[in-house]
Amino acid sequence: MNDNTQVNTTGHTMADGKGPSVSVQGLALSYGSVKVLHELDLHIGDGEFLVLLGPSGCGKSTLLNCIAGLLEPSQGKVFIKGKNVTWMEPKDRGIGMVFQSYALYPQMTVERNLSFGLRVSGMPKPEIKKRVDRAAEILQLQPLLQRKPTALSGGQRQRVAIGRALVRDVDVFLFDEPLSNLDAKLRAELRVEIKRLHQRLGNTMIYVTHDQIEALTLADRIAVMKSGVIQQLDAPLTIYNKPKNRYVAGFIGSPSMNFLKGVITVGGANPVLQVGSRQIGLNDYVALRPLLAGTEVEFGVRPEHIRVGPATDAGAPGAFPATVDLVEPMGSDSLVWLNLEGQNLSARAESSEVFAHDQPVSLRFRVALSSLFDAKSGERL
Amino acid sequence: MSISTTTSSNEPSGPKPKQMFAPGRMLVYAVLIVTSIYWLLPLYVMLITSFKNLDEIRDGNVFIPGSHFSFDSWDRAWNHICTGLNCNGISPGFWNSVIITVPSVIVSIAVASVSGYSLANWPFRFGELFFTILIVGSFIPYQVMLYPVVLLTASLHIFGTLYAVILVHTIFGLPILTLLFRNYFASLPPELFKAARVDGAGFWRIFGQVMAPMSIPIFTVAVILQVTGIWNDYLFGVVFAGKTNYPMTVQLNNIFTSTMGVKEYNVEMAATLLTGLVPLAIYFFSGKYFVRGIAAGAVKG
Repeated sequence: MNDNTQVNTTGHTMADGKGPSVSVQGLALSYGSVKVLHELDLHIGDGEFLVLLGPSGCGKSTLLNCIAGLLEPSQGKVFIKGKNVTWMEPKDRGIGMVFQSYALYPQMTVERNLSFGLRVSGMPKPEIKKRVDRAAEILQLQPLLQRKPTALSGGQRQRVAIGRALVRDVDVFLFDEPLSNLDAKLRAELRVEIKRLHQRLGNTMIYVTHDQIEALTLADRIAVMKSGVIQQLDAPLTIYNKPKNRYVAGFIGSPSMNFLKGVITVGGANPVLQVGSRQIGLNDYVALRPLLAGTEVEFGVRPEHIRVGPATDAGAPGAFPATVDLVEPMGSDSLVWLNLEGQNLSARAESSEVFAHDQPVSLRFRVALSSLFDAKSGERL
Repeated sequence: MSISTTTSSNEPSGPKPKQMFAPGRMLVYAVLIVTSIYWLLPLYVMLITSFKNLDEIRDGNVFIPGSHFSFDSWDRAWNHICTGLNCNGISPGFWNSVIITVPSVIVSIAVASVSGYSLANWPFRFGELFFTILIVGSFIPYQVMLYPVVLLTASLHIFGTLYAVILVHTIFGLPILTLLFRNYFASLPPELFKAARVDGAGFWRIFGQVMAPMSIPIFTVAVILQVTGIWNDYLFGVVFAGKTNYPMTVQLNNIFTSTMGVKEYNVEMAATLLTGLVPLAIYFFSGKYFVRGIAAGAVKG
């Protein structure tokens, strides 16, 4: 996977180099004058796990519903397995879908919930039984088969919903925020189960979520969306380490990235960044485009890429003096909130280190792992 | 000082003690008791009067039950009292009402539930406009449309028959029922509908196997509305049924207006109670379905 994946173009960066399993071309959807999706292009490789990530209202669920055939796009095409399915019914598209609210048929038992789609298609009974048994075995639902959905816990209900997609033996699984209704512990468990399922089945999966941890842990590639536009489409670590713009940088990562206002004072081969009264050399930074002197920038650095040192080091070149505001102990480490000449930022520190309010410290940034954004356009430099 | 169990009598601990005769509670009970007396007293008077004979009624003790208890007046009301020119009691009216009510209720609910379902789940061109017209239609008073509908049924050659009454009840029930069903289906989780579509179910299968089984409460409400509405109707019965096919309500009225000589209060009371039995039974037996859960288990909750 290279870092130059073009967003909103037809660049074929697939997980394994095979042809696309799901392909969206120039897809747009608007309700009257409100544009929900802006001419999207997206190509998802065979067996790839793609996560659509964004805040609520960014159009990610709408995009998923268009792929499923539950919403009609205003323009554009959807291909699944190379076939144009834009005008096809959901059932003919070879997809299975799992919803946030489970959407189990309340008056049917688990077994009948699982077999509903197969019964509709008129499949012979022995084959239905075989498929239901297999899905029940994979998802450990055998003891629950004769229960009604009301008698199940949230996690069990969602496993049944996944099973309903599983029995239909589809090419593509669509997940619409499947874990959002579960409590934190179940969510973590089911997340692992979904990842294991993907490893076992090798199907193409498209997964909508607003939870970045889910996105980072599950995805082969993440598409970060905002107001109907894909901001960045890349492997999770690329998105985390080299966000394309200020929006992606701020959205991904918890605790979030720090942004310090600064100016490039020296351009050319040995660029220098000035933050507040101090300067820092940018020789280690891999810039996408030449850094010009006088450019106003935002220097983005993640909390784990800031080292908090003793105040005595503050005079050294590349070090910044700061004062401690407060400390949030997280167990494995602590989050230290700092004040650097009027700008707030947070840094990770060993949980054994002790800091007092207003204590002076020195900071060092790992420039190679940081990001520079144009203050005006928000684009990565 | 340590907290000991002996001091806990004045110290707040555990459930807060409730006052049996708090003023607010007393007021609530008083209102409830007065209201029930207000509603039950006429029923009580009707019941005891229907079991008295005419001599006892003439004594004038309205609230005191009679000394001999007999079903004579009930038998007379059902089989022999004169309604207009015929003296067969109100049993023919009862059967007319049954013949009117059963098909009108079934057909109007069947049509309205399907149209409500398609309005809620299958958006179509001009669907919203259609829905608006429907709402407006449900608020137009029947009297306005009476004359045109009389002409319509006359041109269909069914005026003065039970078919006309059935047709009119079916059609006039549709707007409000469709509204009822549309709003109910729109309140069911949309994901359920989507899931059924992904599973490959079509219009009728989603309705029959997914939506309808979840909608027992609203079907119950619709049945209650229609049965009581149609059973209690007077206007359409008197206008459309024709003299030989009057429903029970019209015959009941004719008992009161056509009496010659002595007014048989006990028989009139019995006839009235007989007429009211059907709606009463409907309320009585369908009450429990009202409280049943709707889509328990479909959504978290």
